[in-house]
Amino acid sequence: MTTLVFLEHHDGELQKGSLGVLAKATSFGGDVAGVVIGSGVHELAEHAGRFGASTVYVADDAALDAPLPQPRVDVLAALVRDHAFANILFAASVLAADVAAGLAARVEAGLNWDLVDVLEQDGGLVGKRPALGDSVVVDVGWSTEPRLALFRSGTFDPVESGGTAQVESVPVQLEEHSQLATMVERAHAESEGPNLEEAEIIVAGGRGLGGPENFGLVEDLARALGGAVGATRAVVDAGWYPYSTQIGQTGKTVSPKLYIACGVSGAIQHKVGMQSSGTIVAINKDPNAPIFEFADLGVVGDLHTIVPKLTELVQQRRGS
Amino acid sequence: MKIAVCVKYVPEGSRRLDPATKRLDRSGEGALNPFDANAVEEALRLKEASGDGEVVLVSMGPAKALDALRKALAMGADRAVLISDDAAAGADLIGTSKVLAAAVDREQADLVLFGQQAADGEGAVLWAAVAERLRRPVISQVAELTVADGQARGKRQTEFGYDVIEAPLPAVVAVSDAINEPRYPSLKGIMGAKTKPQETLSLGDLGVDAGATTEVLALSDPPPRADTRKVEDDGNAATQIVEYLAERRLL
Repeated sequence: MTTLVFLEHHDGELQKGSLGVLAKATSFGGDVAGVVIGSGVHELAEHAGRFGASTVYVADDAALDAPLPQPRVDVLAALVRDHAFANILFAASVLAADVAAGLAARVEAGLNWDLVDVLEQDGGLVGKRPALGDSVVVDVGWSTEPRLALFRSGTFDPVESGGTAQVESVPVQLEEHSQLATMVERAHAESEGPNLEEAEIIVAGGRGLGGPENFGLVEDLARALGGAVGATRAVVDAGWYPYSTQIGQTGKTVSPKLYIACGVSGAIQHKVGMQSSGTIVAINKDPNAPIFEFADLGVVGDLHTIVPKLTELVQQRRGS
Repeated sequence: MKIAVCVKYVPEGSRRLDPATKRLDRSGEGALNPFDANAVEEALRLKEASGDGEVVLVSMGPAKALDALRKALAMGADRAVLISDDAAAGADLIGTSKVLAAAVDREQADLVLFGQQAADGEGAVLWAAVAERLRRPVISQVAELTVADGQARGKRQTEFGYDVIEAPLPAVVAVSDAINEPRYPSLKGIMGAKTKPQETLSLGDLGVDAGATTEVLALSDPPPRADTRKVEDDGNAATQIVEYLAERRLL
């Protein structure tokens, strides 16, 4: 059973989510290959060997520079044609979701998405997918090969095993329709600090802050902890904070080691985006806020006094 | 310009999975997938800005999905095409994308719009599969869309910030719910919706099948979260939090 993992990269770095999926793939017991697609990415391909890939296919071409999905479907479809992959796995992202679904249609292969785990069973795979606002877990399967799967962001941690991958260049031949979309401006981080999905600590602000001017409290605490700032849909909709920081069903799904929710009620729309965080601390003045049902430590109180004090104590401890 | 908007009928209220079929129970009341209202709104704005054109709704679902389509017709869409066939129940991405691509192809639309996700299956992948079958360019997660001189231009949010992507028409675009605020249907729109053309097609009419390549094997309860602790702030909450975090080596 050979598993292929789509290795996404940004600014010359392999993404943690992809490397996590690679680590999971090595637990199946079969061969694990990775694929790196881009321009000037040969070195990245070699790097993937340290995280468990025994073979890394690399499609390196100037036409693949922009992170657009359709040319990547062409590269993967050619690999599927030439090799018998049992599984093709993706860590979910804006790019990876479009690549996976495009590939599914191109090679008529089943795709299961939003998986939080996968198990080997009777020579096949069974995926675990939380559904209906995470109130039920659905076991999903595939009736054809290759099995395509998209994993919820942050599901698996990378494991650096220090191996060496055999790097194999693959020819790049693009379909006409795959070259029609062009990227005229490319994403660059708009806020300072770590990328939300990759952040180990997130401090999030909700409507309980009372107004956009109080986001400074959240930012100060995040800075003291070396973390990133997140926001709920309510405050983003109200224009208090940018959409790019939104965590939840219609925003980002995160799973940092520590999540501190300030004035966040914990509506299901928000919960599904952050409930897999390691430790959740919630500060809210409403003792009946749903967030207290799943916060590891819930503090009923006024965040306007607690948060500045907390920032000060963290700064003292960290000597900054 | 002809715009096809792919929309879905989703169950309303508390949703449940049918333990027998392991599929979503669709027997109760339903409504237009709220995320699709953004796509309908964007189509109407594009049509209004260009001064002419047609907005066609395309949906696959049970016969009563026509109710959801009527809401979008009341918003201002011109007509609706529903693909309803017992053989399509339980269709997955492969089957659904095949059916929708065939229906959209039949319309020869210049632009195909999708909403950002289905509120029931939480899927957010269909557009890329449909674009692939139509062999058309795709732009997803679009928060700002302009269409001019035969080009669609979308600004979209990714994990890293904002991209701007251009593609020539005909193209497939999936919009995010940040793109607009969907209008409420006017009374006149609601009255007029009933008389707008509504067509129901079978898989046979389109000449496609909707066979699935994925399956649901079992349902179970999610694991409960470990003990949670709730304290009232007695003036020392900040200190308590710091101690709690220090114990867990999170500082």
